[in-house]
Amino acid sequence: MAAGTVYPASEPTRWKYLDRIRTRPGPYTDESTFDGSVVAETMEKMSILVIGAGGLGCEILKNLALSGFKNIHVIDMDTIDISNLNRQFLFRQSDVGKSKAEVAAKFVMNRVKGVTITPHNCKIQDKDEDFYMQFQIVVCGLDSIEARRWINATLVNMVDEEMEDSLKPLIDGGTEGFKGQARVIYPTMTSCIECQLDMHAPRAAVPLCTLASIPRQPEHCIEWAHVIAWDQEKPFPQLDKDDPEHITWLYQKALLRAQEFNISGVTYSLTQGVVKNIIPAIAATNSVIAAACCNEAFKIASGCAPSLGWPENNYMMYSGNDSIYTYTFKHERKEDCPVCGNLARELIVDPEWTLGELVESFATRPEAQLKKPSIRAEKKTLYMQSPASLEEQTRPNLEKKLVGELGLGEGDEIGVTDPAFATVSFKFRLKFQKA
Amino acid sequence: MPDEMTEIVMAQTPPILHGPSEKERKYDRQLRLWAASGQAALESANLLLVNSGSGVVGVETLKNLVLPGIGRFTIYDEKLVDEADLGVNFFLDQGSLGKPRSRCLTEMLLELNPEVEGDWYPKQEVQWSRQTPELDGSRAYTPMLQDTSLESLLESSPVFTSVLYTHPVRSEYIPLFEAYSRLHKTPLVAIHSAGFYSSFQLTLPGAFAIVDTHPDETATTDLRVLSPWPELVEFARAMTRDIDKLDDHEHGHLPYLVLLLHFLDQWRDSHGNQYPSTYKEKTEFRNLVQSGARTDNAEGGEENFDEAAAAVLKALVPPSLPSGLREVFEYEPKDLAEKSSGFWIIASAIKNYYAENGSLPLPGSLPDMKAKSGVYIQLQNIYKKKAREDVTDILRRVQATPGGEHVDSAEVELFCKNAAHVKLINATNGDAGANFTKVDRLKRVVDQELANDEFAEESLMPLSLVPIYLVLQATAHVVSASAQEIVAEVAKIVPHAEQNERIVKAAQEVARAEGGELHNIAALTGGMVAQEMIKIITKQYIPIDNTCIFDGISSRCQVLRL
Repeated sequence: MAAGTVYPASEPTRWKYLDRIRTRPGPYTDESTFDGSVVAETMEKMSILVIGAGGLGCEILKNLALSGFKNIHVIDMDTIDISNLNRQFLFRQSDVGKSKAEVAAKFVMNRVKGVTITPHNCKIQDKDEDFYMQFQIVVCGLDSIEARRWINATLVNMVDEEMEDSLKPLIDGGTEGFKGQARVIYPTMTSCIECQLDMHAPRAAVPLCTLASIPRQPEHCIEWAHVIAWDQEKPFPQLDKDDPEHITWLYQKALLRAQEFNISGVTYSLTQGVVKNIIPAIAATNSVIAAACCNEAFKIASGCAPSLGWPENNYMMYSGNDSIYTYTFKHERKEDCPVCGNLARELIVDPEWTLGELVESFATRPEAQLKKPSIRAEKKTLYMQSPASLEEQTRPNLEKKLVGELGLGEGDEIGVTDPAFATVSFKFRLKFQKA
Repeated sequence: MPDEMTEIVMAQTPPILHGPSEKERKYDRQLRLWAASGQAALESANLLLVNSGSGVVGVETLKNLVLPGIGRFTIYDEKLVDEADLGVNFFLDQGSLGKPRSRCLTEMLLELNPEVEGDWYPKQEVQWSRQTPELDGSRAYTPMLQDTSLESLLESSPVFTSVLYTHPVRSEYIPLFEAYSRLHKTPLVAIHSAGFYSSFQLTLPGAFAIVDTHPDETATTDLRVLSPWPELVEFARAMTRDIDKLDDHEHGHLPYLVLLLHFLDQWRDSHGNQYPSTYKEKTEFRNLVQSGARTDNAEGGEENFDEAAAAVLKALVPPSLPSGLREVFEYEPKDLAEKSSGFWIIASAIKNYYAENGSLPLPGSLPDMKAKSGVYIQLQNIYKKKAREDVTDILRRVQATPGGEHVDSAEVELFCKNAAHVKLINATNGDAGANFTKVDRLKRVVDQELANDEFAEESLMPLSLVPIYLVLQATAHVVSASAQEIVAEVAKIVPHAEQNERIVKAAQEVARAEGGELHNIAALTGGMVAQEMIKIITKQYIPIDNTCIFDGISSRCQVLRL
């Protein structure tokens, strides 16, 4: 088979390897939609947003700049820390303390001629829908579930059936140690981050009574120092998890407690790990996952090969602990997804519970993970976290039982909102079942 | 137990105001994966990359090793930087044009980590060539400027701990690599990235054993409830002697492990001294445990009994020899060097211990469980003490072995702790005879893979990626070939390759790339290769055995032993 005509970009010699692939159909290319002659130009006109300029973000910026994208934006509110330097290769020792987004953007622009990267040194929540509307693709390299859920909910809400451009493919990567995942989401069309929330169950919290009276593990002593001793003694006005002095205080407290109970294993490094919830991270894994994400972005933008997302597989799991293993599959959309579904999700609740117990349970339920939920029933407000006046007014409800005192029954729908997801109201349908 | 107390106090009297060093802070996120021992191994590694073709995948691999602080690297690359390099390689810029690619790449990589050393070849060096003898018999030496050849680099340099090369490489270099690998027992990695496809193959110099495999935490629990030792039995019985008379607080804080031992005693009393063994019996036993919980309390149940019931199926498994360790036990060390290594001496001691005791040395860790602090710590110490006794036993056996007196006791301890998860890679015992060549093995695996594909739809298995490997191999030394030429080359391994649709399509896909790399696929592959290098250098986690194939169209990979 003759490989076909190459349609070079503006600098044909420089981009020859890329052009051979993106401007000529291959055996798997969907030729009914592919037009090689316009690919280079189309990609040059596209705007693509990168969320996060950390371990994944640095790689993503490099990869997109070398994949034919010319107009890239990057958002990150963080500054560079020394512990970033083992993998965030756009940063040097002398950059410590500077904005990640700004340093990363400048570095890649200097290195790759003809690429424009616009940095945004702020939170994703600081930007409105108009801002997000300007992009054709969004690529996320985040370490927080909460930020992922926020951008997911925002992109789902932005979809307007009348306006094709309002649907932005969301490509998301994540890593932990030698493992990671890459997934592609077509908001409202395919399984979204919220549909997949139970794939990332939160760590089970240690009961407060264990911390307070029967610690057994070094982690229990550290959590005790963090949650209880700090509040009692207030050694500094505000806990700053990045301040070595504060960590040292917690470490010493935890150590004394451990000695009291003959528990071994409290170290500075463990203290820091538990308090900051540190996830181990290396360059190699970031390289794999970021490139997997950018490969999908490249295929979506050029159409030169089928991509993940639709209609079949949309999720790749990667593990390098024991040999190398990938599992690429289709995660099904959930009709009762609180963000993209139409049906209320079933919520199993103990009939003996008070409203307070229900509120607390939202933080640890894998399918909800809401830390500050406000709850409405069909006809009345049950509990509001804010404003303070409403909180005070609804607080007495926390002591009341759901069944009886609050008049809730089997199959009733409740709406839950959380300040972390301002735009979403999660719908749940109660199902009572004794624990 | 006075010695335990000292140990705890010693372990907990640290230099309190001594925070982490600058280096520990920089490497914090990776030290949590491979600890100081892994880091030290990385820092003493010395790699050679022989870079060819569009030259990205090898450099992306090195980037991922320079960042975590590999000791030293050398790049051998004969190309001068051209315009096309700048569109695909991040570690080159406008100023690199026309210069040796090896030098530019080395300089840019070194910027990433000041602690790493790097060098590049070929360089123009003065070579003294010996002329034909003069009449008086003397020989004149004339200076000549010459590029260092790969051969002389391999001869003159301090020994490389691994050699990586990327395709398309000159075919005459392959025997050089193979000879070097045999001579110095150096791992060899061949990497190929073209268009949407890539593959890499690891050649290890003999059997590769890993002790510190980092199994998932849930897999490491070993409670021995079916074979408790006297101290444990006594402890559990003392706690549960008057179980019904305990107040609710005490009753609700009996560790689940103690509960299991208590109810197993009860079960055996009524079942002719037998343990529950069938699934049905275990379910009955679980109900027995659950029925012991008090429900007339404020919580309407007891968490520790829930934990005990949940642990029944996993904890009531009679000891068996894990497959990884069985392979170690069955392996015959090949030569004297292997026989006298710490690993094989300890392995043989543990094999003897297993033969005598029917169980492995106790790992000695105890999972968290609801219990009062003091009780939990006592239990933990009972496990630790037994584990230490087992280590002492193994150590005695090791020291009685010729050569064993030099084995480090820390190595013995680590082996005992991880015995159930030890893994052997690249053990060649299974391959029949000396006449069985690499090509024979390839043909056998390819046959098997393509035969499996016939039933892929029924078996719901993903299709084999072996066609990708074959077409990449067919272009390992040629920069570009047409799809027909590639298929013809594959046909030397697979008869009638031209009738296999997936081989033909893979060939067309590779032909589209004409030997060029896509940056994303090179970066992704470079990440995978770097992970493997880290695993081999640190001897932690488990490397592939031995070939990984990646398909960037379906976004998945497959590992095959080829």
